[in-house]
Amino acid sequence: MSVPVLETRDLTIRFGGHVAVNAVSTGFRAGELTAIVGPNGAGKTTYFNLISGQLPATSGQIFLDGEEITALPPSARAQKGIGRAFQITSLFPNLTVHENVRLAVQARSRHAASLTRLWSSHREWIERAERALEEVNLHNQRDTLAAALPHGDKRKLEVAIMMALEPRVFMFDEPTAGMSVDEVPVILDLIAKLKARGDKTILLVEHKMDVVRSLADRIIVLLNGTLSADGDPAEVTASAAVQEAYLGVAPKRGAAHG
Amino acid sequence: MIGKLLSYDPPKSRVLGVVLAIIVLGLALAPFLFPGAAAINTAAKICIFIVLVASYDILIGYTGIVSFAQTMFFGIGGYGVGLSLYFLGPTWPVLALGIVIALILGVALAFVIGLVSLRVKAIFFAMITLAVASAFLILATQLSELTGGEDGRTFRVPELLRPGTKLLEAPLFGLEITGRIAAYYLVFLAALALFLVALRLVNSCFGRVLQAIRENESRAEALGYRVVYYRTLASCLSAALAVCAGVLSAIWLRYTGPETTLSFAIMLDVLLMVVIGGMGTLYGAVIGASLFILAQNYLQKLMGVASAATEGFPLLPRLLHPDRWLLLLGVLFVLSVYFFPTGIVGRLTQRARK
Repeated sequence: MSVPVLETRDLTIRFGGHVAVNAVSTGFRAGELTAIVGPNGAGKTTYFNLISGQLPATSGQIFLDGEEITALPPSARAQKGIGRAFQITSLFPNLTVHENVRLAVQARSRHAASLTRLWSSHREWIERAERALEEVNLHNQRDTLAAALPHGDKRKLEVAIMMALEPRVFMFDEPTAGMSVDEVPVILDLIAKLKARGDKTILLVEHKMDVVRSLADRIIVLLNGTLSADGDPAEVTASAAVQEAYLGVAPKRGAAHG
Repeated sequence: MIGKLLSYDPPKSRVLGVVLAIIVLGLALAPFLFPGAAAINTAAKICIFIVLVASYDILIGYTGIVSFAQTMFFGIGGYGVGLSLYFLGPTWPVLALGIVIALILGVALAFVIGLVSLRVKAIFFAMITLAVASAFLILATQLSELTGGEDGRTFRVPELLRPGTKLLEAPLFGLEITGRIAAYYLVFLAALALFLVALRLVNSCFGRVLQAIRENESRAEALGYRVVYYRTLASCLSAALAVCAGVLSAIWLRYTGPETTLSFAIMLDVLLMVVIGGMGTLYGAVIGASLFILAQNYLQKLMGVASAATEGFPLLPRLLHPDRWLLLLGVLFVLSVYFFPTGIVGRLTQRARK
């Protein structure tokens, strides 16, 4: 087995008396798409926030390529290759769609903070941003302010920003939530293409089980902040943990015995 | 050429472009077009405040940092140059020394304030800047041995810039070319250069990140931008520009005192100029400063004329009496914020986009 790119060891966060993520230990490999499922409030987004650095861990460790990143600020983690798309869209509302994406491209450049270079002199940033917008079908709205986009397009822009950031670890938090039915395939195709490249580590929080089953190589289930199942999709979706998580009841054991 | 000077960020509407061109031309030719000490004073003040308002807009409009310490840096520039010239004599090297000292002090102070307090919430940061600025104002008035206290210091400038100096034998276009004219053009050209530097700054790669931070700090951080670094540097650069504006003010007035550079009345004026012109656009600084200072200086006269013209009508002459000019300025301010919430430049740009 190859070494995991991203790994969490006993990762825990406590809010007062409530343990939102409880000693989660697992690893994510390159080329692997892991779906993280669980009911609302199970700690999926909190787990993401711990990995990308929006929340500080109470205890436990996070490793990227074997290097501990637990104490690093979100900006340093992003620079090391952790990319995050947020569940509640997090955009630059009064900048245009194109500027939103371009800022992600710029973040990767060594001229990102240059005082002497004009942003407009970087043709390659502008073009890369345009490609990212084409990938999510937003290129016709490039000069619209992000705040003026309809909800589904905001979600697409959120994804485009992460694509433009070109991280090594992609973290999608319900990327298709709130999208209309005909928009969903665009994003799913994109994720599938990303996966096909084989060198990216992809984490996906998703509620739609059909999406999860078609895309994921592996599913992990969070229940009340605890890792309660981990395995290949067919196996996990049939398991008691998932049944319980999504149906609220454990499958009738007695029924199997007749 | 012009595109390059403007950092490829020209005014986005034609009306705005024309108005800006008129203002720049008016300021460039002010000594010839509007003779008289009062007019040239107004023109110089506009130049100086354009730089000060632009420096403030970089903070509040571009980066979204609310600070009330901008006049402190303005004062540091004024006092740095003023006291140097006062104590060490009116020569160019002393002037240069004063500028360097003021810049170092201003930037260092901005750096410390930024380091200590930019991590806290916006409202606390605003409070801290208010406290530091008050402390500085009190310090400047209390250290009267050094600063001249409430009275401030009157000092002499290098000979070239003195009113008594005659630079040309014969008048040019009917205007005596004295050191005063030289001082005006020094102020005008320096202000123009500083404004173009500020424009370059906000259009640099760095400047675009500032806007991202204003819009969504945590998103900027998640993209890999170290927000504290950008904010601190923006504060320092803005402080440096404000120091330069203070230097120009000292050179022009040949005086420095708490009332002209440090007072909160000026801070309030600067805030109003930014809001009237339009936050987050440096061209707004030009429009805001010009309009506000013109109104401050000429509204009274205009009202005097209006008051005389409406003689015989009930109430009107009294309302338009020159003593009521602050009332009218207040009404104009409320109206402008009501009708142009994004400022005049914001409004013009929106119209051009449609």
